[in-house]
Amino acid sequence: METKKTKYLNPYVGGVLLGLVLLAANFVSGRGLGASGAIKSVVVTTFNTIAPSASEKSGFVKEFRQSHQGNPMKTWLVFEMTGVLVGGFLSGAFAGRLKLKVEHSPKITSKKRLLLALAGGALFGFGSQLGRGCTSGSALSGMAVLSLGGFITMMAIFGTAYAMAYFFRKNWI
Amino acid sequence: MGPLSVNELISENTNLFLAFIIGIGFGFVLEQSGFSSSRKLAGVFYGYDTVVLKVFFTAAITAMLGLLFFSLFGWVDLNLVYINPTYLTSSIIGGIIMGVGFILGGYCPGTSFCGASIGKIDAFVFIGGLFLGVLIFGLGYNIWSGMYLAKFLGSPKISQTLGLSDGVFAFLLIIVALAMFRVAEWAEMKFPREEY
Repeated sequence: METKKTKYLNPYVGGVLLGLVLLAANFVSGRGLGASGAIKSVVVTTFNTIAPSASEKSGFVKEFRQSHQGNPMKTWLVFEMTGVLVGGFLSGAFAGRLKLKVEHSPKITSKKRLLLALAGGALFGFGSQLGRGCTSGSALSGMAVLSLGGFITMMAIFGTAYAMAYFFRKNWI
Repeated sequence: MGPLSVNELISENTNLFLAFIIGIGFGFVLEQSGFSSSRKLAGVFYGYDTVVLKVFFTAAITAMLGLLFFSLFGWVDLNLVYINPTYLTSSIIGGIIMGVGFILGGYCPGTSFCGASIGKIDAFVFIGGLFLGVLIFGLGYNIWSGMYLAKFLGSPKISQTLGLSDGVFAFLLIIVALAMFRVAEWAEMKFPREEY
């Protein structure tokens, strides 16, 4: 599959296109984009399957049910994130970037990169529940509708990452 | 007219089908912009690659202006568009935890799916981490639900909070974004790196 790599899109063009996708989501469905909510659907489904009676009592599942009736996998975000996998794959295929690999700085091992990815994912997953959405759902989509909370979450995410960047520089540069 | 699904101009199943199509657009644009690479994403925190900042703010402004104009033309009723509620405590603490996750893991949830779609193994592991993090939040919900629900302010717009009209706020945000883009272009010249 390794063919000649094409370059990435101009970031400002990419930004306008992403903005139009977000605008389409708001026009069609009255809501923004998201990502972590799809993971939440999977976790709620897992709860319901493994421990149905405990799941009934869980405050987390109750909170989810307030906004989602019926099958927890039949939500807008689950369909949207399935689309993301298809769209990303198509783009990677056209650009000749489909390749199984662990991407990391030459200064760290693959194993260290994977451990950091796991830890980062766990923190991001936890934080996204507390913050009612991640970079997509809370920060980006929130900003587009001028939500105060969206701007606060965006500043907290990027501010913290900038503040911590120095301490983790060896993992990246 | 819009939002189409809220005004019941399209059925729930059509809405879900369009969510899938919108997702394809979302994933395609993210990957085309280079958001499938954690090293490219992390570049924004070190100045060698600021694609995240440029794409993110251009997208937010495009959608924000689009909604304001659509509302002006009567194409979309902004009162029916979901505005993320503001819970002050959890939005700050959640954001801080996500920020640490970002610098450790190099992805955010959306971009990790994008990375996984082209075969990045670190992105698959990040998604595993996401699942774990959400699971821990769900299992211990009673422990942090107090913090989760604290300081609820409703769904205010930042423009209201600042006492500005939506249009004036949008204009100021564009000025700020242009200034940031200038700094970003400068940083990329100062800290050049090969393309990942």
